[in-house]
Order: sequence, then structure tokens, then C-alpha cells
Amino acid sequence: MNPSSPMSPSSPMSQQINLTVNGMTWPVAVETSRNLCSVLRTEIGLTGTKEGCDDCECGACMVLLDGQPINSCSYLAAQADGREITTVEGLADGDELHPLQRNILSAGGVQCGFCTPGMLMSAYALLDRNPEPSIEEIRIGLSGNLCRCTGYARILTAVHETAVELNGA
Amino acid sequence: MTLTIATSVDQAIALLASGARPIAGGTDLVVGARQGKAPLPDQLVAIDRIAELAELTSTDSETRIGAGVTHARLMTDGLIIERHTAIADAAALVGSPATRNVGTLGGNVMNGSPAMDTGAPLIVMGAEAELRSADGTRRVTMGDLWTGPGQISARDDELCTSLVIPAGGPGSGSAYVRLEYRRAMEIAVVGAAAAVTLSDGVLTSIRVALTAVAPVIIEIGDLDNLIGGAPDRALHGAVAAAARDQATPISDLRATDEYRRHTIGVMAARAVDAAARRAAGEQIPVPVNRSLGIGAAQ
Repeated sequence: MNPSSPMSPSSPMSQQINLTVNGMTWPVAVETSRNLCSVLRTEIGLTGTKEGCDDCECGACMVLLDGQPINSCSYLAAQADGREITTVEGLADGDELHPLQRNILSAGGVQCGFCTPGMLMSAYALLDRNPEPSIEEIRIGLSGNLCRCTGYARILTAVHETAVELNGA
Repeated sequence: MTLTIATSVDQAIALLASGARPIAGGTDLVVGARQGKAPLPDQLVAIDRIAELAELTSTDSETRIGAGVTHARLMTDGLIIERHTAIADAAALVGSPATRNVGTLGGNVMNGSPAMDTGAPLIVMGAEAELRSADGTRRVTMGDLWTGPGQISARDDELCTSLVIPAGGPGSGSAYVRLEYRRAMEIAVVGAAAAVTLSDGVLTSIRVALTAVAPVIIEIGDLDNLIGGAPDRALHGAVAAAARDQATPISDLRATDEYRRHTIGVMAARAVDAAARRAAGEQIPVPVNRSLGIGAAQ
């Protein structure tokens, strides 16, 4: 590393970036190797996003980057500079839960809860892109999210019920 | 360590010349680093915001897919599904929606895995990778690019900017079939791509390439003797035998070499069958794996 190179930041170990999270812009200094999940949780304090496998397999860390689900455990925070991030904390409207959150609770789609934030983000992005998904399309939309408690059936029900509710409104 | 977000190809290749390594979606590079395969490079240049790399254009004779085009786009793009169906089949099987949203065709190609899903389709369609550096631009075939597992012939200062693929004529069809144990977050146990052309029900061209049965993705040689025949069971049997004969699989946690050698024949025959049915005008939805019922039962 050459600190005098024009591409180097002021500190050799960190870069100053701006992350727009749930509509609010956060200037943060991050080491280049830090993943987005870790920065969201420890620098910004949004601990709804979970670190599960840390290996891009389980989807507990799912957030939206410019509206698209990504695994934040394996995405460098520095690469998200200036982009729009949505976390599970961005779904509710004040004290009113998003219909997906309300329905996943009422359907019994939450047991230990560790997968729930990631599931919600994948489901939110799916319904945004495809407001009337078939059960198969819901399965594909959630295929990057592992749940070891529920057996998935009630989560699928919750997403399907939400689609019906939002379309009937 | 530093990361620079490049906004032009010229900026990116200047940074590569000074020792930086490219990152697009990071689904191989970052995951690999976190698994301890290789540390992250000291200098990174993010290439995912370079507009030129996200272009997907076509003429009557060829399709040019920017290296930064994502799997999510490839599996839904109308031109790719119509003209290069096997690429859409493959892109739809990669990882999960999150992987496909950021993972790119160029990243797949330059990572050089013998298990990559998009590789075999690119070979059977005669694709070439366009590599650009400060010294200029050159094109290499897939066969010349991939030299070993995770090894490529491109120099470190060369950026893959696009994949250029001949359009294929009337009567052409293609398919990619993968043996998988589950339907998502899976890596090919084995896979096969086929591209065929039919004229009046007779085979006028056939290319078949195999995934995860050799140090690199390989094309089956010596299939020209099949030209002139019908796309029938005898053809499937001949392709299956050639695939088993030319595969040199290894045993690992996903399968034994013996199982791979058997199943590569099955997958190659299925790929040829699906490609020929598409060439004859049958609409088989992408990915063809789903209509074949491969993967865990529902």
C-alpha cells in the first residue's frame, strides 16, 4: 500500500463512506474489509439484521441494496457507498407493523426469530417486484433464506396472505 | 487496503495496471476471503457501477453481454431467453435471488471455476471473452481462457469487458441441465449444455460441453459424425457415451468420480434432448431443470 497514492484514503486502514439506511444518511469510517452486516449492526446500531452463517448461505443477513436483496455478510460496506439500503427496521411505519410482519406473526411463521428479518426482506422485495406471486414463486423468492424451526409452510402462508391483503386493499 | 469505485472502463484498467483487483458482486471474492481461501487483495476496484459493463446489445449476427450483467437479468432478459436459452437456464440456477442480483457473468467467467453454471453454455455457443487493458483489446475463446481450476490465461491487468456470442441461426436451440441435490444455493454436481441446429428434423450442428467433470469446463469432441441424424434416442445414447468417455471427474464431498461419470452421461443426453426440442419450436420454460424435475421433490 502506498499512502501517497491518490486512490488511498486519509487513513491507510479505513475509508469514509456515506450509507443511506432506511432513508437516513450515515457518514461512517469503515475498514475496507468490513462487511455491510457488521457496519449496520455495530456502527449504525441497527441490530435487526442478523449474522448467521457468515458464508452467503443462510440469508439471515439479507438487506435490500437499491431495492434488491443481497447477503450483507458478504458485501463490502465500502462498496455500498452512496447507495440506498433498507433493513428490517425500515419496514414498519412507526409503531404499525408492515403487513408482512403482522402476518408472519399471526400465521405462526416465527419461532426462534433469527431468520425472520432476512425472510421479511426477501419477501418484501418479492412482493415489490411481483405483487401476485404463486406459491412456487414465493418458494423461489425465499430460496436464499434458511429456517431451522418452522418448516417454512407458515412463512409461505404469511407471504401469500400478505399478497392477497395488499392486492385487495 | 483500499477500494475505489470506478465509473469508467479506462479508470478501472488504469487501477488494474497499478495492482488493483476487480470486484463486482463479490459473491466469489468476498465469500472466498471469509472462508479463508484467499485473503482480500490489498487494492480493490469496484466495477459494478461502470455503465458500459452493464450493457446488453445485439445485432443480427451477434450478442454482446457486458461483463457486469447480472444473473438475475440474464435469466429474465427476452433476447437471452430467445437466442441463448442455455445461458438463461444456467443463470436461473446460480445461488439464490441475492446471489443472482449481484453476481455477474464476467465474474463467473473470470473466476474460472470448473463448476460454474454459465461456462458450458458459453462454450457451446462459441462465445469469446473480450479482455481490455492499457495495451489494447483482445478476444479469447472460453477454451483458451480457462487453464485450470480457478486459473485463467488473462493477465492481471486485463479486464473482461464483455462476452461476445454468435447469434445462432433459424432452427437453433440450446439448454443447460444440472444435477443438483437441492434447488437453491447449490453448486453443480455435474452439468451439461447443448446447442443444436435442426433443418427439416435433421441435425445440422451439435455442440455439447460438460461442467464439473474435469479441471476446466470441457467440450465433447468428435460429435460431427452425429450430424445428419435425427434427434432421437440413438443420438442421446451416443452423446451420453461420449460424455462418459471424455469426462475425467474427481471424488469430493458432492459426489464420487464413479457417480459423476455415470450422471454426466444422463445430463448430457437430457441437455441434447431439451436443446433439440427447443430447436424444433417447443417452448420449455427457463430453467429447464424444473420441467425435468431435477432437485429435491416439493
